[in-house]
Amino acid sequence: MTVLSVQAVSKSFRSYHSEWHRFARWFGINTKSAEEHWVLRDISFDIHSGEAIGIVGQNGAGKSTLLKVITGTLQPTQGRVQNNGRVAAILELGMGFNPELTGRQNVYHAAGLMGFSVEQIQRAMPEIENFAEIGNYFDEAVRTYSSGMQMRVAFAVATAYRPEVLIVDEALSVGDAYFQHKSFDRIREFQSQGTTLLIVSHDRSAIQSLCGRAILLENGGVIRDGSPEEVFDFYNALIAERENSDISININEDGRAQTNSGTSEVVVQNAALINDKGETLDCVYVGDQVCVELTVLVKRNVDALVMGYGIRDRLGQVLFGTNTWYTKQVISKPREGSRYKFSIEFPANFGVGSYSIQLALTEGETHVKKNYEWKDNALFFSVINKDKNTFVGLVWNEPTIKIEPLVTTELAPSQEAASE
Amino acid sequence: MPIMLRALWQYRYFVISSIRSEFSSRFARSKLGGLWAVFNPLAQVAIYALILSNILQAKMTGIESAYSFAIYLTAGMLAWNLFSEIVSRCLNVFIANGNLIKKAMFPKIVLPAIAVGTALLDNIMLFFSILVIFALLGHTPTANVIWLPFLILCTIALSVGIGLILGIFNVFVRDIAQVVPIFLQVGFWFTPIVYPLSIIPESYRQYLYFNPMYPLVKGYQDVLVFGVAPVTAHILAVMLVSTCLLLLGFFLFTRANEEMADVL
Repeated sequence: MTVLSVQAVSKSFRSYHSEWHRFARWFGINTKSAEEHWVLRDISFDIHSGEAIGIVGQNGAGKSTLLKVITGTLQPTQGRVQNNGRVAAILELGMGFNPELTGRQNVYHAAGLMGFSVEQIQRAMPEIENFAEIGNYFDEAVRTYSSGMQMRVAFAVATAYRPEVLIVDEALSVGDAYFQHKSFDRIREFQSQGTTLLIVSHDRSAIQSLCGRAILLENGGVIRDGSPEEVFDFYNALIAERENSDISININEDGRAQTNSGTSEVVVQNAALINDKGETLDCVYVGDQVCVELTVLVKRNVDALVMGYGIRDRLGQVLFGTNTWYTKQVISKPREGSRYKFSIEFPANFGVGSYSIQLALTEGETHVKKNYEWKDNALFFSVINKDKNTFVGLVWNEPTIKIEPLVTTELAPSQEAASE
Repeated sequence: MPIMLRALWQYRYFVISSIRSEFSSRFARSKLGGLWAVFNPLAQVAIYALILSNILQAKMTGIESAYSFAIYLTAGMLAWNLFSEIVSRCLNVFIANGNLIKKAMFPKIVLPAIAVGTALLDNIMLFFSILVIFALLGHTPTANVIWLPFLILCTIALSVGIGLILGIFNVFVRDIAQVVPIFLQVGFWFTPIVYPLSIIPESYRQYLYFNPMYPLVKGYQDVLVFGVAPVTAHILAVMLVSTCLLLLGFFLFTRANEEMADVL
């Protein structure tokens, strides 16, 4: 079932030569606006019940405006937003809190602002108080709160009632680590009960752990709508986008998207994962010594060449990455036509699962300044545990566990008794 | 407009709790709290009474009291206080809550409703303090005081009409917030509050009818000071003007509703 449908929404902010033109418009006189500044253009997408969607984009891409249009505080200039059910938005936590009032009074105020009646608020109050976990401070003036405590109360009210659609704008890092977990859990719980989530965040891991789909906004339009991994790779490439640079996405046989971007002044010709015998691998055993071998062709004279790589898990989180800038192996002024072979040797100390390798050829420390070529998902491999002890996690970090029985005098008789 | 009223009804608890919060936060950290809302206009009355009573006491007719001027002044101030409070609160209410309007979904009409409620509550407190002072001065209002709720209603209608229109325009042209206090000052002195009607030359008195607050202030004075019924014809004329202003205000509000969040 579609809970939220954004249909060809565009938003422009109008400015007038004189405000009198604006006022005349209200009375039906058709004046021309001086300037129309379009911040959203023709955005359409449907969200189904229980879906979780991350919205990503650079600053000024129109994310917050889109959320406001969906929330209803801004009206779209064209198109419409259709929603079935209550939309709750956490655009700013603790908004409208009065510092002189107690936490409890502010809860009444904030929940009232959301449109709830006194009885409804009273019914939810114990739950809100419990969730905020600020003890006696709940009945003290909010001005005596730490900012974290204020956020706790604010988050507790904002999520006291399960909405059909929950919109969250960069508000997930609430308070300390404990409360962050708690708020994540609550959001997940809502999701499992059928709440649709719409999250704006720059935090890749937050979006990847909550969302099954992401939408990338750029200059007010949707330029990518797909799995979070694919969208983030594209976003990453976009940050580095410069003149003469282009982005391409290839879909592999297994359906995973491979994002390439860069100026192509230096390109990867060949990349392979090999073992010590020189055989190409797509499957390695835990702890095996492996090598990523790549040949690189310099197509144009450049100032410097840095090769970087990263090993990523199935969700696209980087487990390890470095580059030849950090290892102080920068190639200075490589000539046009020259080729280089890089061999990256490392032990496959990873947990069981599938991994990908991203490669980057840049001029300096990061790809943001000058990016020759960036390849996400350049290579894939899986890790299998053949001869190591069973373990969980992404990293193989074989421990030595020592156990020494401690004999204490009081416990000694009962231990003996147990052994008999 | 029916949609707006329904939204207001739906948010009635929020309006009431907001008014209460505003009061309790005012009381929270000052010893006298909300009493200052009463003391301020009373102090003003005291100052005018002290300075002007010698000059103007003689001009007071129709009331037998040594404090007749002070009583007259107080009645006018009660009316003007309500009017100017509501106008100036409505003037800034959208700008002051700009962030809320941009980020929370709620009917914006509750904001002026809260402003009016707070101003009205202040004014009622002022009214009861005035009754106490009148009693101390030996002046008891007559049964005609039952007209007062009607006068209060008219004053609210007029001031909300004016305040809403100015408040909406103020969102787009901020100069209005600077100009209105000046006009309120001028209006105060162009209404017979501090001085009796009798000191205005006969030939100029007709112009007073262009001042919609004049019949209302006069109504307050008739009811509270002279103990007679107000001139209903004049009051009804003001009511008509107020209704037009209110309708215009609501019309502008529906028109500006969408654009307000854009420019805040």
